[in-house]
Amino acid sequence: MNKQSKYRLRRGVLAATLAAGAFYGCSNSNDAEKTLPIYGEREAVTRQVNGQTVTDTVYHQIPDFAFVDQDSQQVTQETVAGKIYVADFFFTSCPTICPKMKSQMLRVYEQFRDNPQVLLLSHSIDPEHDTVAVLREYADRLGVQAAKWHFVTGDKDSIYDVAMQYLVPAQEDEGVAGGFTHGGHFVLVDEQRRIRGIYDGTQEEAVNKLIKDIPVLLKDKQHEQK
Amino acid sequence: MSKNRLWAVVLGAAALATLTQCFTNKKNEGQRLYVQHCQSCHMEDGSGLRGLIPPIAGADYLQTHRRQLPCLIRHGIEGTIVVNGVEYNQPMPGIARMRKDHITNLLNYIQTNFGNRNQRYTMQEIEQLLEQCPPHQQQ
Repeated sequence: MNKQSKYRLRRGVLAATLAAGAFYGCSNSNDAEKTLPIYGEREAVTRQVNGQTVTDTVYHQIPDFAFVDQDSQQVTQETVAGKIYVADFFFTSCPTICPKMKSQMLRVYEQFRDNPQVLLLSHSIDPEHDTVAVLREYADRLGVQAAKWHFVTGDKDSIYDVAMQYLVPAQEDEGVAGGFTHGGHFVLVDEQRRIRGIYDGTQEEAVNKLIKDIPVLLKDKQHEQK
Repeated sequence: MSKNRLWAVVLGAAALATLTQCFTNKKNEGQRLYVQHCQSCHMEDGSGLRGLIPPIAGADYLQTHRRQLPCLIRHGIEGTIVVNGVEYNQPMPGIARMRKDHITNLLNYIQTNFGNRNQRYTMQEIEQLLEQCPPHQQQ
């Protein structure tokens, strides 16, 4: 009986210690050293340096792209070079999740409007309807600057292909309201065009996390440049 | 014994069914319909979306166009409308299949929430107003 209770006590202490350790470990990882994960497939590539074999990890990267924004300006990989950006997919006549996404993206816009390191990139998945003029009016009505928040249109296949590269589902579907289905994701992309975060753009809490993660990525970026 | 038990189960189930009838969402039907059909564009708080989607909260349009609202719910809107002095031009899809009692509950919810203190509709009134809907494009 006595022995048993002692054993129990010991077990309790052990559990408490473990729990405390885990707790401490958690709070520790939240410090300034925090970095964001890198999403997508990766592969190991070997190369020869001074006769020695070196293995590099190659991460999934958004390929080069070329679209046109609401100011008729070309938006390419050059536009986002050296910057981090948030990408999403929508269409202006979307009666479902898009207004919610745009109201949440506006929060991101307001938060980082004065930071030239951060851009927003909204792709129309209905480029036939969403011409430059339509996107222009849409952006004007939202009251946002083209230099910061690009609404882009372009070749339909290219847009659907690039959606796949951002790991966002998008397709035409006559069976649903509006005629298109697409994910409401906000995708955070770093200056090497690697995906560093995927957030539900219809959920306020998820977008709060995005707003917190952007400074982490900016810090990370400065670190890498040193 | 087991027969008694069976009866108890049956009675209990019946009582539960009756009770839950009282607590169905009938009372909050207007809110439920708003969440289902309106909220993704007009937002949880009825604030709309900047210059794109007009607000419901504090919208003068609800009073100035009170008699047109049932038709707008049923047949949607094309073209520009002015709400609180701001012009909007985003089409609103209609909900052709929404029943009259649902339209009544939805509009009464809109007219008396989001800070709105507007006159409610009766079902008869909604019926009358729906009969006067102007010609519209087939959905």
